[in-house]
Amino acid sequence: MQYSSQAVAKPYFVAAIGLFVGQIIFGLIMGLQYVIGDFLFPAIPFNVARMVHTNLLIVWLLFGFMGAAYYLVPEESETELWSPKLAIVLFWVFLAAGVLTVIGYLAVPYATLAKLTGNDLLETMGREFLEQPLPTKLGIVVVALAFLFNITMTVLKGRKTVISSVLLLGLWGLAIFFLFAFYNPVNVVLDKMFWWYVVHLWVEGVWELILGAMLAFVLIKITGVDREVIEKWLYVIITLTLVTGLLGTGHHYFWIGTPEYWQWIGSVFSALEPIPFFALTVFAFNMVNRRRREHPNKAATLWALGTGVMSFLGAGVWGFLHTLAPVNYYTHGSQITAAHGHMAFYGAYVMVNLTMISYAMPLLRGRQANSEKSQVLEMWSFWLMTVSMVFITLFLTAAGILQIWLQRIASDPQPFMVVQDQVALFYWMREWSGVIFLAGLLAYLASFFVGGKPAEARAS
Amino acid sequence: MSGVFTKSMARNVFYGGSVFFFLLFLGLTFDTVRALPKRDMRHNITPLVAEGKKIWETRNCIGCHTLLGEGAYFAPELGNVVARYGEEGVKAFITSRPADGIPGRRSMPQFNLTERELEAITAFLKHVGTIDTAKWPPNIQG
Ligand code: HEM
Ligand code: HEM
Ligand SMILES: [Fe+2]
Repeated sequence: MQYSSQAVAKPYFVAAIGLFVGQIIFGLIMGLQYVIGDFLFPAIPFNVARMVHTNLLIVWLLFGFMGAAYYLVPEESETELWSPKLAIVLFWVFLAAGVLTVIGYLAVPYATLAKLTGNDLLETMGREFLEQPLPTKLGIVVVALAFLFNITMTVLKGRKTVISSVLLLGLWGLAIFFLFAFYNPVNVVLDKMFWWYVVHLWVEGVWELILGAMLAFVLIKITGVDREVIEKWLYVIITLTLVTGLLGTGHHYFWIGTPEYWQWIGSVFSALEPIPFFALTVFAFNMVNRRRREHPNKAATLWALGTGVMSFLGAGVWGFLHTLAPVNYYTHGSQITAAHGHMAFYGAYVMVNLTMISYAMPLLRGRQANSEKSQVLEMWSFWLMTVSMVFITLFLTAAGILQIWLQRIASDPQPFMVVQDQVALFYWMREWSGVIFLAGLLAYLASFFVGGKPAEARAS
Repeated sequence: MSGVFTKSMARNVFYGGSVFFFLLFLGLTFDTVRALPKRDMRHNITPLVAEGKKIWETRNCIGCHTLLGEGAYFAPELGNVVARYGEEGVKAFITSRPADGIPGRRSMPQFNLTERELEAITAFLKHVGTIDTAKWPPNIQG
């Protein structure tokens, strides 16, 4: 750590990991509800567990992005953070907002929560991923703006690098597109159309800029490859991202009432979306192969390479699988969607955050890298989580193919619930894979508590 | 990527390409919004339908079901549910959910909707069923 204000990143990373654990516990609850339908009913109905699962995911990823920005920007800008105090205040505000929201979901019926929190003033609740009550949504905006102000001021007063500009662009985009969460017209088609301005333009747009910047930063640090080379790659990757991803939004406009020309535009451009993810993988391996130093943090290197591979598999391959309109006609809103959603979110955004945390946390704790023992455990957790996520994806894909066949293609299509019963075996296997995932996550937690002599760089 | 292709060229391609495609996307968005009235059946959006959308949202139905294929995959598609069950069938289903669930089965909450709210949610679902979705879903099972 070169600047003392980078230390504010630490609570952000800790909170991120804590909420990640909560996310997975609710994932396992839902996984069980898939096969034992009335598990925890009526105390925690499925829709409540789902809100908790997905909202915790989003909130912890945002914690991770903010922590990453607080860590990375001072170092890139070669100056202290504009206001570390503001960063700490915002941390507590954001954590309180997140925790209170989850408590609200669990403690009272959703309709009551809506009434209590002023949904009648401005109706924004009850849409997937955007379930947060109005005060939470406003809180997110306030925190995001104050955070962006802090980061932007830091960049402005210091050295300007490509990495910090791309990161800033991504973060500003994240905040701006979130404003569409406040637009909820009565017309369902319009509602759905602009809902994707948040969801798609986040994960297949501006978040990829954040991902690219974070990965580029870590790669510079661990490989020692020339900044010029890495920054050129970064530009190429994010160009490919936006050139394909903006019009790629069309892959969500096939069947929601929007004009049919989107079947062409959406299919063609989203079919190209795997390219930036492929470039990201090549980039990560290329830089590691061309490394100029042997960084002692082997775990961070593993996470960085893993991000490349898994985001390509989850977003690129599993995205391509169902993105052409004639295929999506059958797969739309099936378990195939769930399979893709899991591996894409894990491979891209979970893993890039864990890459950053893996690299920065030891430095925040006063050493260049953790002990060999701690790193071995962390690498075990990498493999446990990653391999179990591959299996979750495969089982959901199998369930999805059967579901589509029985419900949408067979000559005698069967009702949804009848089909669900027939594919229960795959949901059981998904749940067991989820248990392994949790074991991996616990190993990850444990790796923070394994002491020992910090690993040192070995001459190669 | 060496020599001839410099970083500043990469930067210019990025800004140029992104702005171009962003504007193109905006243009298509405007065109879509203009074309929607022919497909979204907005003339049928009565105050009752609007009320129904609010019931849909404040009960978080999307947390279990899909609507036009978007949402959760735990329970059936509802964009075509009125075609599947009929208006009375939909109302009867919603009102008859046991408060403590069905042993061992995926259970839908009992929302204790009033008669008016039932009318509203059904009107909303019926309206969604009339939207021109390019023939999705493939069949009545959703
Ligand atoms: C890291 C990047 C990505 C993430 C995190 C991600 C995540 C998701 C999620 C969560 C959904 C479900 C949304 C819902 O609940 O309705 C979804 C849907 C979809 N994604 Fe992605 N995705 C990514 C990239 C991609 C890419 C690159 C493609 C195409 C090549 C793609 C194609 C699709 C399609 C076609 C759907 C709609 C599925 C349906 O019709 O039900 N995604 N994605
Ligand atoms: C480890 C065990 C996990 C289990 C058992 C699990 C289970 C589930 C279930 C049952 C759903 C709801 C599907 C539906 O709507 O019917 C869901 C949704 C979701 N989960 Fe998980 N999950 C797990 C881990 C994760 C992880 C690690 C991530 C992120 C990387 C994640 C991200 C998501 C997302 C984005 C959705 C919404 C998907 C969509 O709308 O298509 N889950 N999960
Ligand atoms: Fe998308």
